[in-house]
Amino acid sequence: MGESLPSGAQHHSDALRKPVKTLRVKMALLGSSGVGKSSLAIRFSKDQFSSTSPTVGCAYFTRMVHLSDVTFRFEIWDTAGQEKYHSITPLYYRGAHAVLLVYDISKRETFVRAQVWLKELEKQYIAGSTVIWLVGNKADLDTDRQVSTREGQSLANERGLFFMETSALSGDQVSELLLAIAHRVNECIGEQQGGLSEWQEPTLVDLRHPGRFNPFGYCCKVGP
Amino acid sequence: MERANHQEGEAQGVRICDPPSESNPPADTLATSLSLLGNHMFPDPVERLGSTTVSRDDPANSSDVTAEEPSVDAEPPSNQLMKLETEDTETSESQPVVSAQPADRGTEDAAADNDQNDSGEFVVAMLAKAKLEEQGIGVKGRSSPLLEAGTQESPTFTSHRDEDVTADSWRQHRKHVFVLSEAGKPIYSRYGSEEALSSTMGVMMALVSFVQSSDNIIRSVYSEEHTVVFLQKGPLVLVCVSSSRQSEQQLRGELMYVYYQIISMLTQASISRIFEHKKNYDLRRLLAGSEKILDGLLNLVDSDPSFLLAAVHCLPLASSLRDSLSQILQKAITPNLVFSILIAKNQLLTIVQEKTVIEDTRLEPADVHLLLNLIGASSAFQAGEIWTPICLPLFNPDCYFYAYISYLDPPDCTVCLLLLSTDKEAFYAVAECKRKIEEAMETQNSLSLIAKAQSYSVSQVGVSDLRHFMYKPFDVPDNYRQLTQFTSPEMEAPYGSEEEKMRLLDLYRYMHSRIHSTSRPLKLIYHVAERETLLAWVTSKFELYTCFSPLVTKACAITAITKLLRWIKKEEDRLFIRYPPKYSTTPNPSKSSRGGKSDQQDSTDNGFLSLL
Repeated sequence: MGESLPSGAQHHSDALRKPVKTLRVKMALLGSSGVGKSSLAIRFSKDQFSSTSPTVGCAYFTRMVHLSDVTFRFEIWDTAGQEKYHSITPLYYRGAHAVLLVYDISKRETFVRAQVWLKELEKQYIAGSTVIWLVGNKADLDTDRQVSTREGQSLANERGLFFMETSALSGDQVSELLLAIAHRVNECIGEQQGGLSEWQEPTLVDLRHPGRFNPFGYCCKVGP
Repeated sequence: MERANHQEGEAQGVRICDPPSESNPPADTLATSLSLLGNHMFPDPVERLGSTTVSRDDPANSSDVTAEEPSVDAEPPSNQLMKLETEDTETSESQPVVSAQPADRGTEDAAADNDQNDSGEFVVAMLAKAKLEEQGIGVKGRSSPLLEAGTQESPTFTSHRDEDVTADSWRQHRKHVFVLSEAGKPIYSRYGSEEALSSTMGVMMALVSFVQSSDNIIRSVYSEEHTVVFLQKGPLVLVCVSSSRQSEQQLRGELMYVYYQIISMLTQASISRIFEHKKNYDLRRLLAGSEKILDGLLNLVDSDPSFLLAAVHCLPLASSLRDSLSQILQKAITPNLVFSILIAKNQLLTIVQEKTVIEDTRLEPADVHLLLNLIGASSAFQAGEIWTPICLPLFNPDCYFYAYISYLDPPDCTVCLLLLSTDKEAFYAVAECKRKIEEAMETQNSLSLIAKAQSYSVSQVGVSDLRHFMYKPFDVPDNYRQLTQFTSPEMEAPYGSEEEKMRLLDLYRYMHSRIHSTSRPLKLIYHVAERETLLAWVTSKFELYTCFSPLVTKACAITAITKLLRWIKKEEDRLFIRYPPKYSTTPNPSKSSRGGKSDQQDSTDNGFLSLL
């Protein structure tokens, strides 16, 4: 079945059958407060939607993505959009392999804000080490749209970003986005020497409870 | 502050203190002009503008006071020496009327007098412009809060941001809290949006600066229905407008909590830095998204006695289970980890502390309250693992810790793990500690054991007539540096409803204010209220508040307390975290101890200068 975004159970059996190399991909979500970063992150990790409170600091999620030849363990850093956390946000996105600049298509100022984030990112950006996506979220609010798809696409083209519109509410284009990111990361960074580090199963359990060892006991608690 | 100094018959007044010296504030001109302001700000149903004499017979209050026993003649239940102060009915703390501090007219000079009048007029003119008659805070007449308080409002966790601030319902809130900057910019209001209240807050700032201009500090304004308490902390001014009849001291304590919660998010150092650079900075930019946390705090302050007692309530747990949980936390460590805290149902299960850090300083209950509120007030922690900077203001107001917060039982989200590190890069290492903890708890089946833990019923004490109590033991030499804790049973019938709970808490607050009165502290109060009898007792070893059925006799109550103390002694291993365990994670002592160099560095790194 080639590449997939497995649900929990499926993933276990797949991976058990064919243990492929698992690489860690650090992904950060940036953008204004209330554009749906956390909702996207929860979609990515659990494929659920729940309206969330403003994020405090940063929330961390994981998600396994299988491509044909490699498995990625996405470590998703969902940053808080509130201004009080801006000065510490670099702590969370530093060294990220993928960055999502998220805006709300029904709020123009969030689109403007995303461009400010882009400038900020470009200061630290090392070409070839990060793939940046511009993500117009809340595509379900098409009737209140303030930023056209074309506008988003042309900004992305201009600045060399990838672009997609999603709806965390309906789940529309969310898994497509994650798969697309995985492919891009694989193409752009995966090939490089030392681009991605391998994910090691924690060995702690093995030492303490040899009889109860379950290699997937951990990841199924943090993600699907 | 002295009760005896209060001039009878002055209905309105302002309490002012002069911190550097006890020199007296200018006499009645100031008091009078401010009481005029008071009237403008808090229009009363009865027009009393300018009148300084009003009958202060409050039937509810006086009946309440006369019901109180002037002395307790029974023997104290233990051999502890108990100093009993009798109370006279004339000096009830619950009297709503407090006047200005008496001034020595002799020191007043004519020039200052003129100044006062001028600025007084200016402020009055400003008030007129601000049309405060429409926006002020007023409440229709109410009787004694001890009988009625809390019936209007139960603590809910809904946002009141959209409220119409000109509506009567807005004025009738029991307790308003405002935060503003020294430039008079609104920062936070408990009810209603800050924008709509900017003129009201402007007036508050005018009051503050008016008093400040004569090298004084405004502390409180009393009107018949309201107590207005001011607290200035650095560039922030906090104001509480309360009809709850709590003591000024208690209200100021609550404002301190609000201040600390703001500090816990921004640090004191960055707040001062921001306002040093830009006096009229709009701090709401930085607090955006955190209003819920402040709202939650204020609801908790109203409904949870932990804040009043400045002590932490831990979930009763068999000591073997608590010990095993502590051991789990003790084993899952990584360098620079400072505190490991396990919380269930918003109460403390156990806390493990870094050895050298805790030798340096103790963890204050207020810091734990702020952490518990942060976790309880936001559902943000229910998704993913959180890594966030957080400041413990009483530990060190200028530095951040990094907190790892994660629920251990999704999707129920009742058991929460909180790991505090001084190293902002330590996320992965700390997250690994959580995996170890999770694994060990699974092995020991801890989660299902925790789920069974619950608060206890007062009936377990086996003392009839005893309806509720709060017991707070003090530090004794062998457990010095231990977190101050208290224990209290579930509030059960007749205190099952929110209204009744609040009424009992108000009674406790009243008892507490009498015990801790700055002018006349008491050791023991036996208070016959309308629907219950309360006994509060403070010794060198504990502070105790008890509530009995109304028909209890004094002798019965004393016997009951003896039994209660015996029961607590027997159960203390279950009711308290007896010996908070420690671990050692400091590879380099300077790294995690308070005010260490690396900490200071952190706070600079994370300052908000870049935003200006």
